[in-house]
Amino acid sequence: MTTGFELVCGALVGLAAAVGGAVLPSRWRVAATASLVIGACALEMAAAIGVLATGHDARWHSVALLPSTGTTLLLTPLGAIFVILVALVAVPAALYWTGYAPHGMSGRLTACGFATFVTVLLLVPAAASVATFMFLWEMMALTSLALVLTDQSGREAARSAGVWYGVITHVGAAFILAAFLLMTAHSGAQTFATLESHARTLAPGARAVIFLLALVGFGSKAGVVPFHVWLPRAHPEAPSPVSALMSGAMVALGVYGIVLFGNVLLGGGPVWWWLVVLALGGVSALYGSLHAANSTDLKKLLAYSTTDNIGLVLLAVGASGLFVATGHGRLGALSLVAAFFILVSHAMFKGALFLAAGSVQVATGTRDLDLLGGLLRRMPQTGALFLVAAASICALPPLNGFVGEWLLFQSLLHGVNLGSTSGDVAVPLAVAALALTAGLTIVAFVKAAGVGFLGRPRSPGADDAVEVATSMRLGVGLLVTMCVVAGVAPMTILPALERAVRTALPRVGAGPVTHGLQLQLVGVRGVLAPTVLTASLVVAMIVVASLRRGLSRRRDVRVTEAWGCGRELVTARMQYTATSFAEPVQRVFDDVLRPVRDLDVSHAAESRYVIESISYRSHVDDRIESALYTPVIKSVRRWGQIARRLQPGSVHRYLAYGLVALVVTLVVVAVTA
Amino acid sequence: MHVVGVAGVAALQVATIAVGGLVLVGLMRKVRARVEGRVGAPIVQPLRDVRKLLRKERLRPQFSTWIFPLAPVVLVATVCVAALMTPLITSRPALGAGSDLFVVVYLLLLGSAMIALAGLDTGTAFGGMGSSRALTIGALAEPALLVTILALSISAHSSNFPAIIRATLADPGVIVSPARLFALAALLIVIVAESGRLPVDNPATHLELTMIHEAMILEYSGPDLALVTLGEAMRLALLLGVFVNLMLPWGIASSTSIARVALGTLVLCAKVATVAGALSFVEVFIAKLRLFRLPELLAGAFVLALLGAVSGVVAK
Amino acid sequence: MSIASAWRTVRRSHRVSERLQPNPDAVAGSSEIVGSLQLRHVDAGSCNGCELEITSVFGPVYDVERFGARLVASPRHADALLVTGPVTHNMVGPLRKTLEAAPRPCVVIALGDCARDCGVFRGGYGVVGAVGDVIDVDVTIPGCPPDPTIIIEALRGLTRR
Repeated sequence: MTTGFELVCGALVGLAAAVGGAVLPSRWRVAATASLVIGACALEMAAAIGVLATGHDARWHSVALLPSTGTTLLLTPLGAIFVILVALVAVPAALYWTGYAPHGMSGRLTACGFATFVTVLLLVPAAASVATFMFLWEMMALTSLALVLTDQSGREAARSAGVWYGVITHVGAAFILAAFLLMTAHSGAQTFATLESHARTLAPGARAVIFLLALVGFGSKAGVVPFHVWLPRAHPEAPSPVSALMSGAMVALGVYGIVLFGNVLLGGGPVWWWLVVLALGGVSALYGSLHAANSTDLKKLLAYSTTDNIGLVLLAVGASGLFVATGHGRLGALSLVAAFFILVSHAMFKGALFLAAGSVQVATGTRDLDLLGGLLRRMPQTGALFLVAAASICALPPLNGFVGEWLLFQSLLHGVNLGSTSGDVAVPLAVAALALTAGLTIVAFVKAAGVGFLGRPRSPGADDAVEVATSMRLGVGLLVTMCVVAGVAPMTILPALERAVRTALPRVGAGPVTHGLQLQLVGVRGVLAPTVLTASLVVAMIVVASLRRGLSRRRDVRVTEAWGCGRELVTARMQYTATSFAEPVQRVFDDVLRPVRDLDVSHAAESRYVIESISYRSHVDDRIESALYTPVIKSVRRWGQIARRLQPGSVHRYLAYGLVALVVTLVVVAVTA
Repeated sequence: MHVVGVAGVAALQVATIAVGGLVLVGLMRKVRARVEGRVGAPIVQPLRDVRKLLRKERLRPQFSTWIFPLAPVVLVATVCVAALMTPLITSRPALGAGSDLFVVVYLLLLGSAMIALAGLDTGTAFGGMGSSRALTIGALAEPALLVTILALSISAHSSNFPAIIRATLADPGVIVSPARLFALAALLIVIVAESGRLPVDNPATHLELTMIHEAMILEYSGPDLALVTLGEAMRLALLLGVFVNLMLPWGIASSTSIARVALGTLVLCAKVATVAGALSFVEVFIAKLRLFRLPELLAGAFVLALLGAVSGVVAK
Repeated sequence: MSIASAWRTVRRSHRVSERLQPNPDAVAGSSEIVGSLQLRHVDAGSCNGCELEITSVFGPVYDVERFGARLVASPRHADALLVTGPVTHNMVGPLRKTLEAAPRPCVVIALGDCARDCGVFRGGYGVVGAVGDVIDVDVTIPGCPPDPTIIIEALRGLTRR
């Protein structure tokens, strides 16, 4: 066990960044805060790498910081990979911020909030007692809420996003707290180590309640259906570096919480727990990808795709628990490795995509894909980076998303005939969900990349776009580079993930994947050679391109007007838009999406065969939101109205309330005594 | 000697898929013509078309980017790499160790996604329309395809393609097991959908509004069009090659001896030609389905695949 | 019609295509298109008489596809424009654009008397002129409408099959 020196230093540097953000003059504020944030990330990352390399947990305890309970930090390999995940997003986001700040993210509050947010994110995976964890968790929620609101607080959409996010995240925190309280009530102490050691003696019913409470609480943070409704509101309204952190890192901590409770604190559970997680994951993946395919707001699309990706991660977590519960530990370990790989990949590509979306918003003034187009010619570097990140999220080889889905598919494939009926039914359905999700994700991201960056600009804003600041491109470039490296050479990050899995599943012996130049599954047959695959793909492309050059008789390329059937006027408005691109998918899934279409035709006065104007509107609402949340909100509002009648503003009435309360209390005391 | 042999067979596989793919398209057109009572173009017509296209001028639409010239290269390259991985002529292909059906599917998906992007890159109405339709069909075919792979992998305990072939050769009874039969039926529907043949897409249509695949490539000319034509033909040949080797794996070469490889090549060509001829024959008698009827067809394929997977598990 | 009855129809009719003499003489045309000729049809203002003949040329009886000719959907894929009718005012621009959209070398075939010299529409108020007045013509096929055998002969002259 190490002293956790870097851990504390990193936290102190992060605090310094927060203080700096609050007090420094505007000239240095952003640069200094960003540097300190990067420094804090580097220190925390050093601590995490130390833990992973040595296998010794980093521990730090102080009685001082939190009243009566003290602060306990303990970084295990499981927490370490989440610290690294946060740092992988936070460093590029901070770098990006230095270029993005002039576009409405340079205030004191924002700078301080950003630094605090990153610091807290880095520390949450190291929290090892209930008080520490809940304190950091709430800080994380509050700082991110403040960041969603700060710069655009005047806007109605941002306010509404803030309310949704605030309510859901706090209800979620209440669930988590309830789960913790049930455990502490049983164990009598509040460090995770005690909770873990006493969990075995809990009654099965209590264990189940605790797990479900934690699942709801952390699921709401992870953006799982039906708690996803805050994502498509808060992510678009937050400034882009914050969206990247929220979607890439904070949401991942929701999964951390589920693994922490399910695998570590409760030490695994019966099959049905994991079937619930699996189903939740599958539904989230499908629902998220379907809505992503139908979104036209670029950041909303990314937010829905977060629900989709986290759904896949939970699918893997659920499969892992299922395999472990049926006695196939190594397969369970493989699934969990797949879950962590997808999670880390998601942090990389979703971070890159959110940052690039921010660049698009800065350059064009809009996020509406129906108004974009032609950006690859105007912002060649941001555009190219977005394309690679989009290919990565589509799980196209040879990028990291592909390796993650391969691992997940392999674990499911080898989990079909394990002898448990529930598994035999669940696993093929999980594969189907994975596949449909993959297909819809490709629709969503070919749409985002193709409509947004290719073709011709659909608005003056897109036409006038210019490339953004270097630091912003660097931030995106850093994340995209990670995507490529993790895809071509996944063996660079797999050992760390396997060590984390060994912490989560201590009874499974050796790692599930051996990795030299190729990934080889242990115990089952499955080999992936990403490096060879990449090399052969590159060689094949070079050969084909040179054959095209060598065999063609004419070397010149003539640039002509695009073929428009000989029409004189071919305009950008004739292109497919994001809405029209998604229309076939929308029609196929009509029953699920229930799009609202309004068609108004007004006729000329002289004859109803002469049409004066046609207006057509179509939008897809979130049906879960309207079916689940609207009634709740309505009834809360109704009760609120009733409660207001108690409060008419009359001092006499209030005095009467006080008197009645006093009398009732006295009566109660008298009767019970 | 061993390395030379493996490399030679690998090159032969790619060349067979390339040349054979084009001849296959010619053959399918010929069968169609003969059933319609026509003489039809010679079987080598697609080869002539490609040769001619290579000699023609390359055009690039005004607002397009580097995606447009890159997409055909990626399309052909992905099929080439997939051909290096797939046991077609030999049961031990050059990239056999990492040869996974899952990888083959995603490689082909990379080519499709690039062509769809290229369709949007042209900035025309038809390009976007084709991309949108092609990707919708691709997304719906995906579940059927992956569950098919799952069903095929159950008996071999692996989705490694050479392993599946070897397991099938070792125990031929697997071929007539319900799992394999359902999976093959689903696979055939998916192949028809993915390669844009009737009743999913009509490769001979001239009406832009009924197009799916053709609409995406309306802007390509000269050598670029040659690559797209070649890539599509290779993809069809590869998919049919996968299908026949899962259905009747016999004749596949297990060593690199010249006689075995020559026999393997001949047998593969004969098997693929038979299946392609039968497909083409059936195509004469059916009409293209409406775009929004296709989900039903693909859902049917998915149900077949799921039946395959479940019966595979039950049989264990 | 079930597949079985369709198959019976096919068996009864056998081969419909007429046998044609081999070896047409090579005429004007680029060497690039030997054996493979993709045609983009442009109706510049035709009365549709020529279109009917084109349809029958590609139909089972004449089946010009056996000589390597094929109609395509985009001028980008075409080696030749098959232009019919006199060129009307509205079609001057599209005709020029179609030629510009086709990759070089591109042969222009004026099919029918109208395309050659405006035919019966000569002097019509909507007519600009023959195809040759708007773009350079390489091959002319006379007739009102031309007999399919003449069209086939001209196309075989280009493909040299």
